[in-house]
Amino acid sequence: MIWFQRKQICQALRVSIALVGIFAFALLSASPALAQPGTPPSPLDPKGPNSAAIATLFNTVLVIAVVVFVVVEGLIVFSAFRFRRRDNNEPKQIHGNTKFEIAWTLIPVLIVVTLFVLTVQTQQKLNTKSGDAINVKVIGHQWWWEFQYPDLGITTATDLVIPAGQVVNLDITAVDVIHSFWIPQLNGKTDAIPGRVNTSWLKADQPGTFVGQCAELCGPSHANMRLEVIAKDQADFDAWAANQTQNPAPATGDAAKGEQLFLGGACIGCHMINGTAANGKVGPNLTHVASRAYIAGGTLPNTAGNLKRWLANPPGIKPGSLMPNLNLSETDIDALTAYMQSLQ
Amino acid sequence: MATAQAAIPRSAYKRSGLMEWLTTVDHKKIGVMYMIAAFVFFVLGGLLALLMRVELANPGKAVISADFYNQAFSMHGTTMIFLFVIPMFAGMGNYFIPLHIGARDMAFPRINALSFWLVVGGALIMYSSFLVGATEAGWTGYSPLANSIFSKSPGTDMWILGLVLIGTSSLLGAINFIVTILNMRTPGMTMTRMPLFGWSMLTTSLMILASTPVLTGALVMLLADRNFGTQFFTGPTSDPLMWQHMFWFYSHPAVYIMVLPAMGIVSEVLPVFSRKPIFGYKAIAFSSAAIGVLGFLVWAHHMFATGLSPVLQTFFMTATMIIAVPTGVKIFNWIATLWGGKLSFKTPLLFIFGFLSMFVIGGISGVFQAMVPVDLQLTDTYFVVAHIHYVLFGGSVFGIFSGLYYWTPKITGWMMNEKLGQLHFWLMMLGFNITFFPMHLLGLEGMPRRIYDYDPSRGWTAYNVIATIGAFLIAASVLVYIINFIVSRNQRVPAGDDPWEGNTLEWATSSPPPSYNFDKVLPVYSERPVRDARIAAQKAAAQKAAEQKSA
Repeated sequence: MIWFQRKQICQALRVSIALVGIFAFALLSASPALAQPGTPPSPLDPKGPNSAAIATLFNTVLVIAVVVFVVVEGLIVFSAFRFRRRDNNEPKQIHGNTKFEIAWTLIPVLIVVTLFVLTVQTQQKLNTKSGDAINVKVIGHQWWWEFQYPDLGITTATDLVIPAGQVVNLDITAVDVIHSFWIPQLNGKTDAIPGRVNTSWLKADQPGTFVGQCAELCGPSHANMRLEVIAKDQADFDAWAANQTQNPAPATGDAAKGEQLFLGGACIGCHMINGTAANGKVGPNLTHVASRAYIAGGTLPNTAGNLKRWLANPPGIKPGSLMPNLNLSETDIDALTAYMQSLQ
Repeated sequence: MATAQAAIPRSAYKRSGLMEWLTTVDHKKIGVMYMIAAFVFFVLGGLLALLMRVELANPGKAVISADFYNQAFSMHGTTMIFLFVIPMFAGMGNYFIPLHIGARDMAFPRINALSFWLVVGGALIMYSSFLVGATEAGWTGYSPLANSIFSKSPGTDMWILGLVLIGTSSLLGAINFIVTILNMRTPGMTMTRMPLFGWSMLTTSLMILASTPVLTGALVMLLADRNFGTQFFTGPTSDPLMWQHMFWFYSHPAVYIMVLPAMGIVSEVLPVFSRKPIFGYKAIAFSSAAIGVLGFLVWAHHMFATGLSPVLQTFFMTATMIIAVPTGVKIFNWIATLWGGKLSFKTPLLFIFGFLSMFVIGGISGVFQAMVPVDLQLTDTYFVVAHIHYVLFGGSVFGIFSGLYYWTPKITGWMMNEKLGQLHFWLMMLGFNITFFPMHLLGLEGMPRRIYDYDPSRGWTAYNVIATIGAFLIAASVLVYIINFIVSRNQRVPAGDDPWEGNTLEWATSSPPPSYNFDKVLPVYSERPVRDARIAAQKAAAQKAAEQKSA
């Protein structure tokens, strides 16, 4: 039995070789970009019980999906080769077959029922919390995340510091537009909606840093609304919390000059620093800004150079930033940077 | 051409050139204008996509601004849905539904013309908004982001006005299709002898009729929120989720509105190129209807992360999973149509194979997102971008190109070049998979959609570069299509009335058809009247030959 003709194979081969060639050339010319390192925050690389349960469900269903894929695509490809037209006579005219049609209605029904059961089981796992818990209020702003620990009296931004191994109950909301809170390695998304409080929880099995970012379109700097969850062991977390509840030490030297500028300028309209006259609530609380790993909505590591870059032109780093370019002089920027760095 | 003078429809009167096109109420001319306009917007929407892909191939570097990136994806989505896929099927339906059912025109020719010009008006309003800054709130226009505080540009108002006009157009079009299909079938053409493309357009039209008014209402409310100080979607006494419910009540059925006509094309092209009747005509027709009904019960699966109550989550999850069943039925019936057939791999059938193989992937990835916990990880990531493109590109666009290659000979009277058609298919198939398959993986690596930039340390660069290369392959394939059209138009290889040995009535008239469509409509005794006539003619010829021999 001849399933396909030689001429057609040759033609198909020639076309595919040409196409693969084009693709290979394009890939080669792009190879420097491909070699860039990085560790993706994959939900399939779970670091907590919620993501682990979801990853298990995903992988189980993936097996079923691959089987379905192989069978259906196999039938399609097989018929493409097997039933190629070789003469002009009409084939047997078959209008249908009730038995077969019932069979391929029932098979998908069975698969769907299986998936339903698997999903409900996973949902139950996601609803089961165990161990000690802390509470955090998560507030989405254009374009940064605020974290309030109501039981500890701490307000911070961008870095969510949690004790590893404990349940972290989250009350999630927003002040302006809808955002979505997401740490792929710890749990799925929960939307942060103005006027509503959604609840979720997460738990990190081990100490570590887990990155995430806003997952709901929230304006021009949606891409720049990132965050980290920093899970610490209990002793480190307690030390961190103790420091956060202190007011910052009085500034000295360059930092004192910066403090004067800060308290005398526009900064206090938006920012709060506990124990000072700065009482604004629009922007991030800066009381312990130097203790954070990142600034500018998680887009820049917290270094002197980056603080200066940020102060020089915020909208240049985060398009649409609510903090305007204040046209600060270089000496002012240096002083403010020293002050920010003193807020340990 | 012995039609009585009194019976010639208004559309048969000739005017000259441009005036004729501007004032025509002929369903075929309107259909052609729809298809040309839709193709122009396909190219424009594609160029916006290329800009996005160029931006994303290079983390940290800006080719376009964050603002313009948001305008680009907002208008890309809006264009491809409202200005390309939906008008393209409106055009194909306009041209071929009356021919399929043996009618002379649509039921309401003037409303038909109005529908088309409303799309043109809406599109012009929307695209002129680029002059003042187009909408940046995504094609989904979520409130409060789309309100006047967070989207200051009047581009968002123009987007709303454009969509209201286009929505009105598709509502008028839907009524026209329903009335035409139900009332104007030629004698003998019962509902179960009607071409399946008709069934899919009927289901689609009923869905449009039930869902579009909700979107239009929501849009008008948003317009009032933005301009007249109302508080439908933002404010102390309102709930921003209301917008999402109203929006998805239209926009999820819209997915089926965009896929069912493509499925109709599959059901037309498969029997012709396999020389077999469609396997399970009724199962395919009724599964369309089932999808049409179930399509209205799944909208909140776009909202699993919004804090929907567990009861509602389970309901929408179940309904979404159930849709996989009628969809699976269709796929298996199509494969059974291929089975034991004699497949002629001309370009239209190649694109059907593209549809079948790619739509299966979109269907499978959709089931993942039906499962609430998995969706909480996948929603709003590139996995979703991959999924919708496997459904709407792998499904609708491959279906559209199959239809274009299949029907161009009827519309123009000349054949499309087969070699260039095959090149177009393979380039598009390759480019499509290189672009969109890696997006599944990006989603599974935690990359959210709708971001203009990302940090290289996230490790997303490689797949983004690959996807960008694929996007240019798709662009190249579209260029091949355009070249093919020009080359074929110059070669003018005559098509004849029935180049593919078709089954349905459009092949029983000349190519292009006269303005009154048929001198005489064939009698209809089955769903394949043209095949019946062909076989009858062959038998008659054989008999005549036998008689001559015996004589």
